[in-house]
Amino acid sequence: MTFADNSSARRSYYEATGRQRIAVLLDRDSFHEWIGPRERVTSPHLKLFDVPVSFDDGVIVGRGTLDGKRVFIVAQEGGFMGGSVGEVHGAKITGVLRRALIERPQGVLLLLESGGVRLHEANAGLIAVSEILQALLALRAAGIPVVALIGGAYGCFGGMSIVAHCCNAIVISELGRIGLSGPEVIETVAGVEEFDSRDLALVWRTVGGKSRYLLGDASRLVPDDIPAFRAAAIDALLQSRTLDMENLERDHERLSMRLNFYGDCKDAEEIWSRMGIISSRQVALLDEAELVELAQSLPNRKVI
Amino acid sequence: MNWEKLVNELFPEGHSVNRAGEMLRGEGKLNGATVAVVGTAEHAYIGVELALALAGEILNVIRSFPKRPILFLVDTRGQRLSRRDELLGIHAYLAHLSSSLALARARRHRVIGLAYDEAVSGGFLAGGMMAEITVALPEVHVRVMDTTAMARVMRIPIERMLELERNSPVFATEAGSLHQLGGIAEIWNGNLAEHLQKVLVSPPEAVDTRAEKGYARGGRLYAAPVISRVCKHA
Repeated sequence: MTFADNSSARRSYYEATGRQRIAVLLDRDSFHEWIGPRERVTSPHLKLFDVPVSFDDGVIVGRGTLDGKRVFIVAQEGGFMGGSVGEVHGAKITGVLRRALIERPQGVLLLLESGGVRLHEANAGLIAVSEILQALLALRAAGIPVVALIGGAYGCFGGMSIVAHCCNAIVISELGRIGLSGPEVIETVAGVEEFDSRDLALVWRTVGGKSRYLLGDASRLVPDDIPAFRAAAIDALLQSRTLDMENLERDHERLSMRLNFYGDCKDAEEIWSRMGIISSRQVALLDEAELVELAQSLPNRKVI
Repeated sequence: MNWEKLVNELFPEGHSVNRAGEMLRGEGKLNGATVAVVGTAEHAYIGVELALALAGEILNVIRSFPKRPILFLVDTRGQRLSRRDELLGIHAYLAHLSSSLALARARRHRVIGLAYDEAVSGGFLAGGMMAEITVALPEVHVRVMDTTAMARVMRIPIERMLELERNSPVFATEAGSLHQLGGIAEIWNGNLAEHLQKVLVSPPEAVDTRAEKGYARGGRLYAAPVISRVCKHA
């Protein structure tokens, strides 16, 4: 199964594993893995819980080419402990980002699918996410573009949502979800009346790809199709957004405006209605291209 | 330690640090130099408004006072857990705070994170842990998640969770364990002004050395070798 052989066939990003995503996303046979599963670098912390280890600790890292451009790539594997970040998992990602600062590839792709810090590795996982974040922002300050792709079954949560947002751009599908505290965690701590995690429509409206795109937190909304993610990633890498004062002042203005316009909204439906969307059912029914077209036609959609 | 006592001990020559709601801001004088102080108090839950205000203050310092050292004071119970904050994209607000601190460092401001009471999860990650050097008072409590919630999410009994907190640096909540893991560089005992002055006159750390510190202190034996292997891998 390669991209070049049958580029017209639709391949679900949501259902694919991290390795399958890389194989289709990058140029054919261009991927070269660092510390692959044969090297068996596994988590030292899981023995304590009798949890089986994974030979890649749930993350695949390496280099390849994307449309001929030299890129580094990271793919989290939601199937292993929800893509959570432990000591080894995090160190593999940090390694890629630090290497990129030295070797300066033309871009870095982060295929994020993670519940955040791996609770079995608690403090070690928290520091690991912080190391990723610092290495990522150092890369951004050096002007190397980093693009986050989100569309896996486990979404992108916890500290990894902050990591995603520190990238140049986020490419997301309707099935992609991004948020800091997962609905289950909020329900556990604050109660079901605060967030009913079993109300799937509510979850999608709050943290789903369409909602994030409309709010301006994801720059590209794509169908659940790996070649579509590939095309958007190629395009997103061209967009330079260096970490500098001008860009941060623009972000500040945008985030301030969001609180002014939508800060009192209780539900995504209220935000959409203020943007000028007449029926919120419309949002659910439109496909990605139609939603992008609608978003661009909205006079009151306050994103810059 | 309460924030007023803290800033009084840090800046015996005087300061203008004040609290508005859960946010701290102002300036401190130390050996004739001025230090910008930004941070949180009252075990703040950091929601969208507070994250934005903190980032705004960091950007103000970068704009108005090039290279002025920034002391970021940490007392947070983590991100605010609410559906509204999630709806508005709280991760975007915390990422903005992280980016502002990273820009300060790129613009050659010294950035020191000082955890002085509670240091929990998202609030600590996006703020104090983005500093060039993160330090803590000995009495600080560090957490990834509230113990009860963690036990529930991991589906293990609370007694087992408490036992883990007592016996493993990975789960322990005291500053010493985070120090062993390399997550904090120093624990500040005694004269706080002297500690701060020592950091301010030392050369800045250009790269993140937390993994190496965790290795040297025996708390995190895998992170540094794995990072280095990826960097050198054929």
